[in-house]
Amino acid sequence: MKPPPFAYRRPSSVQEALTLAAQAGEDAKFIAGGQSLMPLLALRMSRPSHLIDINRLPGLDELRQSGAGLRVGALVRHATLERDARLTGPWRALREAAALIGHHPIRLRGTFGGSAAHADPSAELPVVAVAMDATFVVRSTAGEREIPASDFFAGPLMTVLDPAELLVEARFPAPPPRTRSAFEEFGPRAGDFAFASTAVTLSTRDDGTVQQARIALGGVDAVPVRAYEAEQALEGEPLTDATVREAAGRAAAGCAPSGDAHASATYRRQLIATLVERALSRLKEER
Amino acid sequence: MTYTGHRVDSAWLEPDEHADLDLLVNGRSVRVQVPARCTLADALRERGLTGTRLGCEQGSCGACTILLDGLPVRSCLTLAVQAEGCELETAEQAPPSRELGALRRAFHEHRALQCGFCTSGFLMLAAGLLRDEPDAGAARVREVLSANLCRCTGGVPILRAVLAAQRELNGGHA
Repeated sequence: MKPPPFAYRRPSSVQEALTLAAQAGEDAKFIAGGQSLMPLLALRMSRPSHLIDINRLPGLDELRQSGAGLRVGALVRHATLERDARLTGPWRALREAAALIGHHPIRLRGTFGGSAAHADPSAELPVVAVAMDATFVVRSTAGEREIPASDFFAGPLMTVLDPAELLVEARFPAPPPRTRSAFEEFGPRAGDFAFASTAVTLSTRDDGTVQQARIALGGVDAVPVRAYEAEQALEGEPLTDATVREAAGRAAAGCAPSGDAHASATYRRQLIATLVERALSRLKEER
Repeated sequence: MTYTGHRVDSAWLEPDEHADLDLLVNGRSVRVQVPARCTLADALRERGLTGTRLGCEQGSCGACTILLDGLPVRSCLTLAVQAEGCELETAEQAPPSRELGALRRAFHEHRALQCGFCTSGFLMLAAGLLRDEPDAGAARVREVLSANLCRCTGGVPILRAVLAAQRELNGGHA
């Protein structure tokens, strides 16, 4: 189908975009790469009154790494994350997740902010943001606020953003020393929505025991969820085949996926066990 | 319907208004009058540039792939107003870019099409890839080609054609 009618405008600054959003009312939407919103328009699942085009706004497409951590601007494209050679070690899961989003042309245009604000339960980057304890910086004419990624997602395609608020940046805190991360997902074909996914970050002590584990799961709930029991099974323990299996089993037992025509709840739960085990096994081998 | 000569950076383009846009298609200026909701694919096709096909209209099939500033995009997932000021390349490009020329020959030689509906999308997807990543390995080419659907060939002849075009572009080796 064709998109429904809407008003359109292309502001030249973030401030102007926020002013327009405040004036346009609660049915206005921001559009950036459009790779999630345009299909929703074509399917008439979304009928915004106004579209505010932020796709070319300057200053929102920066990826900056410092001692304080990593800052990802809202307009950073998935293909940029996929190709950034600095995203290794603690940041590798970001790069691995970005490479699995949709297809090449989608990744060239789709943005970090768009993926987060769209909040699809099977999306990759929200899972990584939750695993890495990221904070989302959102702005409106009323000012700026910071929302932990774990509080940002409210349900399928829903976030805690007010209609006039714009996600401008994600801040990933500097990890403890010797932190590394991995992302795994399974979907039926390349580029399909994943049935289940996991992002794992691990930091280890000198003696090889796990100091901190963060395991987030996607596709098994309305929003990305943490696998707390699995994390606890690892912390203070060495990474061995046995602890890896124990953690993977707890991640699967602790989540409550629902089934659909594509994958049953049981199948998704089994996928979580396999995916968490794969991610942890890779991190174990790379010690 | 008003043709406003609209500047969407200084005023709202209302739902019942049309914008006058100059699109730069294959090096030529193409004037279109479109409402905000018109996709780039429809804007091109309505001006007679029907080499760009519309399959699913929701970003799944890739038939409408064109190059925007040198990179492949699904033109059904891009609004025409968003393409203002961008360089667009479509399957009609004449003379073709180096990549498109090599790909056209290779698709012919390797029988990389049957019904032809998906062909222009595959040509532009591959043209963008071979320009941006001339040394892409076979696995990368295969992964990128998975973006588009072909219901006739099974995809393997298309992969062979793109790899052959890449060899030609890289001087007969690689």
